[in-house]
Amino acid sequence: MMNADNSPRQPYSTYNDWYASQDRTRLIAKSKEAENIFRKTGITFAVYGHADSSEKLIPFDLIPRIISGREWRKLAQGIEQRVIALNAFLDDIYHKQEIIKAGRIPRELIERNVAFLPQMIGFRPPGGVYTHIVGTDIVRTGEDQFYVLEDNARTPSGVSYMLENRETMMQMFPELFHQNRVRPVENYPYLLRHSLASLAPPGCEGKPRVAVLTPGIYNSAYYEHAFLADMMGVELVEGSDLRVIDGKVKMRTTRGYEAIDVLYRRVDDDYLDPLTFKPESALGIPGIMDVYRAGNITIANAPGTGICDDKAIYSYMPEIVEFYTGRKALLENVPTWRCSEADSLQYVLDNLADLVVKEVHGSGGYGMLVGPTASKKERALFAEKLKARPANYIAQPTLSLSTVPILVNKGIAPRHVDLRPYVLVSDKVQIIPGGLTRVALKAGSLVVNSSQGGGTKDTWVLED
Amino acid sequence: MHMLGRTANGLYWMFRYIERAENSARLIDAGLRMSLTRSEATEDDWDGVLQSSGVRDIYDDLYDKLTSADAIDFLLRDRSNPSSVMSCIDAGRSNARMVRTALTRETWEATNECYLDLKNMLARRIKAAELPEVIDGIKRRAGLIRGAFHGTMLRNEIFNFSRIGTFIERADNTARILDVKYYVLLPAVSQVGSSIDNVQWESILRSVSAHRSYGWVYEAEYKPSNIADFLILNGRMPRSLAYCYEKIVSNLGYLAREYGETHAAQVTAEETLSSLRSHSIKDVMDQGLHEYIENFISHNNRLGQEISDGYRFY
Repeated sequence: MMNADNSPRQPYSTYNDWYASQDRTRLIAKSKEAENIFRKTGITFAVYGHADSSEKLIPFDLIPRIISGREWRKLAQGIEQRVIALNAFLDDIYHKQEIIKAGRIPRELIERNVAFLPQMIGFRPPGGVYTHIVGTDIVRTGEDQFYVLEDNARTPSGVSYMLENRETMMQMFPELFHQNRVRPVENYPYLLRHSLASLAPPGCEGKPRVAVLTPGIYNSAYYEHAFLADMMGVELVEGSDLRVIDGKVKMRTTRGYEAIDVLYRRVDDDYLDPLTFKPESALGIPGIMDVYRAGNITIANAPGTGICDDKAIYSYMPEIVEFYTGRKALLENVPTWRCSEADSLQYVLDNLADLVVKEVHGSGGYGMLVGPTASKKERALFAEKLKARPANYIAQPTLSLSTVPILVNKGIAPRHVDLRPYVLVSDKVQIIPGGLTRVALKAGSLVVNSSQGGGTKDTWVLED
Repeated sequence: MHMLGRTANGLYWMFRYIERAENSARLIDAGLRMSLTRSEATEDDWDGVLQSSGVRDIYDDLYDKLTSADAIDFLLRDRSNPSSVMSCIDAGRSNARMVRTALTRETWEATNECYLDLKNMLARRIKAAELPEVIDGIKRRAGLIRGAFHGTMLRNEIFNFSRIGTFIERADNTARILDVKYYVLLPAVSQVGSSIDNVQWESILRSVSAHRSYGWVYEAEYKPSNIADFLILNGRMPRSLAYCYEKIVSNLGYLAREYGETHAAQVTAEETLSSLRSHSIKDVMDQGLHEYIENFISHNNRLGQEISDGYRFY
């Protein structure tokens, strides 16, 4: 938030004046009020493996994270380039595999990857779009300096927090939105619905019927599934509502079975079709993959896109972007050591105290080591795991992330953040100006995941 | 796009459970009153309450003997009792989460707050002295759900399935109370009208929150045939079988018109209603109160099944 000389950075200047005029105890009271709104509304998530805490609130910090219009434009260009490359990459690996033939990516990294679905080989989804919704996790280290932390091309979650955080801020501090020209994010559900409908299968007659597929009320992101269905005005379905009849996916209504054209699924690939993937899955729809391959339903995101979330693939993203767009990547990757390579493994083991080590298929902050904050014993234990299965890990340096202020009892204090902008892909790429800012609430911590005690903030992109 | 069968099912059960939670609270209230009015407290009072709630067997599996403290705790908080207030509110709210997109924000929030408050309120055993306040708290929160629902929901199929759930459950509850206590309403017993009978009669009325309104309708003192008439046939009494069936029939009628098709459910409901309309309480007593009620309960269950089949709940 601050410049080196301790003056507020330009996008924060209006906000800073407002903050200076506020009574701190009132702000802290407002903070409690926000929490009550979230609890009452049921904006909760589930933490797996915690008894008796089946529903938790994600802490909300009421100081917005503010990005200037100029910085955003630059960021958006980089994201657009990256998302286009991801789609081209997916199309390539499921068809001609030119990137492998060109020797830019090792064959085994693709074909022996658990997230690579042989069932998708030779199949092109409607409109050629694989990743309808993408969340790109980004960190900022300084003026105009952004790094991509990871790509979420499978099922990026958290967009409901982006919307509810904005809604809550507008309710609590309407004056701020008069003083600052904040670009709107509220039309996301509308854009999402249109983006999905525009990619209905070619055989769809009349207005495409869209539905959101949820694993059900016990899923950690159930609130978001219901929220998005509600805001889009589409049906929220579970696997047990759906059945394949006459080559179409149909849902059981009070008046009989009716066809669905586009399914925004929030169920993982493995559970989507018990006839094709995990036979024991009760969350999916037997036979949906046949309907899909026959071109009678659109599944968003396409099965098999999860390979883009693989952290070993991530380490090749600069090559991938350049290969498909013909230009150098506008957004930088965090330098990444692939522990599968002997030299890198040795380097990582020697420098464990300075690195962050992640599982290649991991997500949610589970199973990672943050070297600088881990104890000696934790590092030693992790080193054993690394040596046992080096290909399962990558390592990155800890960046000197920029901080933003959060409200604490004594006033404001700096904390590390990341940013997940949401991107919709149809015949065009639409990037919502804003996103989800996740914040590490512990001083000095770099881990922002909600499952690890992180919080969220409203994210403002200013018009300028 | 038409409503999902699962959504109709979720609404139906959401409102059945909320209704049942209130009913359990009311039964505890009546049991409590009865045990206070007796000079000699007897655990038989709680036996009647457990039976009315249909959970005597489960209670016996868990406890060696019947005590009022255990019975109250079992009816209020015990998760192993599917009809306890807490179990019902939890199940009602889970169903509400499942059908979240069919509810207005106000209805959902009232349901969620009811759950959060009661979870807090019933986190530990309730002392006898706190019980009246807790019972009131339950009824008040259930009332807030009802208020939000009536004030904000569209009068469409969503509304109809919710109302049908409410009244199937309510009819079942009232019938069960009569089923357990029918003998105190039989003419042979009632001729004397001892003080014990009076307590029993009042308890029946109290368990359907009708001890005041009874006086307004029948003026005179408690008379078993009037009590039976009030709970079974009186179309103005909101918990009577007749009233419940007026509502069920009208809501099923909306669905039939809206969908342009009639199911077995409509036929069954109308048959039951016309029987309730055409009989006098004397007919019922002559036929045998007990048989009448048992017959009603089984028809009511059958109707529930027919609704589930006809509207593709599963």
